[in-house]
Amino acid sequence: MAFLELKNVSKSFDGHSVLSNVNLSIAEGEFVAIVGYSGQGKTTLISMIAGLTKPTSGEVSLEGKIVEGPGPDRGLVFQNYSLLPWLTVYENISLAVDQVFPQWNADQRRAHVDKYITMVKLSHAKDRLPKQLSGGMRQRVSVARTLAINPRILLLDEPLGALDALTRATLQDEIANIWQTERKTVILITNSVDEALLLADRIIPLTIGPGATLGEAVPVKLERPRDRTSLNHDPEFKRLRALVTNQLIGFNAARKTSVTKKLVRPEIMPEDLDQPRVNRPPRRLGEEKSETLTVA
Amino acid sequence: MNKFKFDWLILPVVGVLIILSAWHIAGGKKVYSLTTGTEELGTAVSALPEGEAQWKALAPKLKSGQLEAKLVKNLRPDVWEAISASFEEKRVGLIPDLPNVIETWDSSKPYIIDPWAKRGEMDQGILRFTWYSLVLVAQGYAIALIIGVPVGFCLGLSSTFTKMFDPLIQVLRPVSPLAWLPLGLVLFMRAGPEAGTYAALFTIALCGMWPTVLNTAVGVRAVPQDYLNVGRVLKLSRWKMLTKILIPATLPYMFTGFRLSLGIAWLAIVAAEMLTGRPGAGGFLWQEYNALIYEHIIFSILTIGVVGLILDRLMSLVEARFKAIS
Repeated sequence: MAFLELKNVSKSFDGHSVLSNVNLSIAEGEFVAIVGYSGQGKTTLISMIAGLTKPTSGEVSLEGKIVEGPGPDRGLVFQNYSLLPWLTVYENISLAVDQVFPQWNADQRRAHVDKYITMVKLSHAKDRLPKQLSGGMRQRVSVARTLAINPRILLLDEPLGALDALTRATLQDEIANIWQTERKTVILITNSVDEALLLADRIIPLTIGPGATLGEAVPVKLERPRDRTSLNHDPEFKRLRALVTNQLIGFNAARKTSVTKKLVRPEIMPEDLDQPRVNRPPRRLGEEKSETLTVA
Repeated sequence: MNKFKFDWLILPVVGVLIILSAWHIAGGKKVYSLTTGTEELGTAVSALPEGEAQWKALAPKLKSGQLEAKLVKNLRPDVWEAISASFEEKRVGLIPDLPNVIETWDSSKPYIIDPWAKRGEMDQGILRFTWYSLVLVAQGYAIALIIGVPVGFCLGLSSTFTKMFDPLIQVLRPVSPLAWLPLGLVLFMRAGPEAGTYAALFTIALCGMWPTVLNTAVGVRAVPQDYLNVGRVLKLSRWKMLTKILIPATLPYMFTGFRLSLGIAWLAIVAAEMLTGRPGAGGFLWQEYNALIYEHIIFSILTIGVVGLILDRLMSLVEARFKAIS
């Protein structure tokens, strides 16, 4: 039995289909990356796994139990960090720890929080407020908060999307290290093929909506730990990158985009100046036309 | 124009001076107008000891038969006693009954130099009056916040509650404090001698509540979904969700509401005191209007304005602190 399973999951908002027929099964300890274009339902997909939104049809199950709502067994790292701005780094994490491990005493909880702050290398900043941290540091706090509740599965929703390239690379390495030591099941949502190749065991592309679904999975059998500089010259890496990229480009080409333009034809009318102003017809009788263009 | 270092100080002072001069020009002044002929007056003054000299000094000051009030003070008492019957008091100027700046200051001085004095029920130092008003405002304001915040949360959290009560709130909100007070008096008619106080509190609480209610509701609706999702993922209980996430996230909005509420409460207290005749900044104003001491009306208005400004500044400081956190 699969650890996490999505069966025929579809989601539509106000009749507009966002995701349709998504089937996915993930084994315990596996690192899966879902790659796709922006705005195609990646966040919707992970929200359904987290239980924050309900699928319109189909079901999500974790260890055989159907997901009914959100819970700390599925740790979600939000795209925009979602740290509470009025709490310090320590307090943000301890809010989660206190809630999930009420049976522990205060010392155990404090040690636990400190352990995860150290893991993401933020011991020096633990009494700072989120606004006093850089984007990368905030995301590390968010990762630490999620790991500290010891979830069964870690859901990363474009966790590095808002960061600059250098910070992004550092954090990718940190995520890889953490995964090496913790061996959690991870689903990473990303729009970067390189990031997916660096981190994941399996890459699943997301097709383009409306009614997006998961494409054919690409297994990544690269040696770990993966080093980003040597990886660039690895023929297998290059092959996989080309494969995934072409798959994604293929989705885009398959979709015909059409744009409807609205045209207003101006028409100048002569004015009868003897008429009082209120009775005069409008000077410009606009006629609306529309034209549909197909974008290649 | 070059920005001068003390613009923040000098320009407001210039502004105040302009308005003060305009007020002074518009205001009237007291004069003594001669009712008899000048010659008769001259004879009367000359008859007094050293009368010739006195008359020589007095005669040039009589301009078209009028003597300015301040000159009278400089006259020898026996001289004034002898001639006062020939004068009548009159007010002259653009708006004769409006006291001018100097009159206002002279008349208000006892209330300022001895601000804690208690000479009688309606004759007390200005700080004592202000203190009475502030105590009443604090009570009414506290009631407003205690009721307003939960109502605001209900409005922000429940769309059913909003649909039920929002139209009613929109109807009650623009009603003036002056309109609520009579209702308050009726409500607490049987409450004995303190009925006026209860009615005033009722008015302050009811009028001051709305900014808090509406701002809290807006704040609750504006709590980012992400913060709520954090709580949902952690399965926070309803109580923890409220205390750990909703209230801290709404605080900046709530404090904006608190500040506006305090402003309204201060407006309402003046109206309430005027109608109930309680001692206080507003009560003093009304009492002095009835006593025809117009200088004190202006003095009260200025006091009410300055106190309102100070309250608003203090609340802004608190508000800014909470704004800085999130």
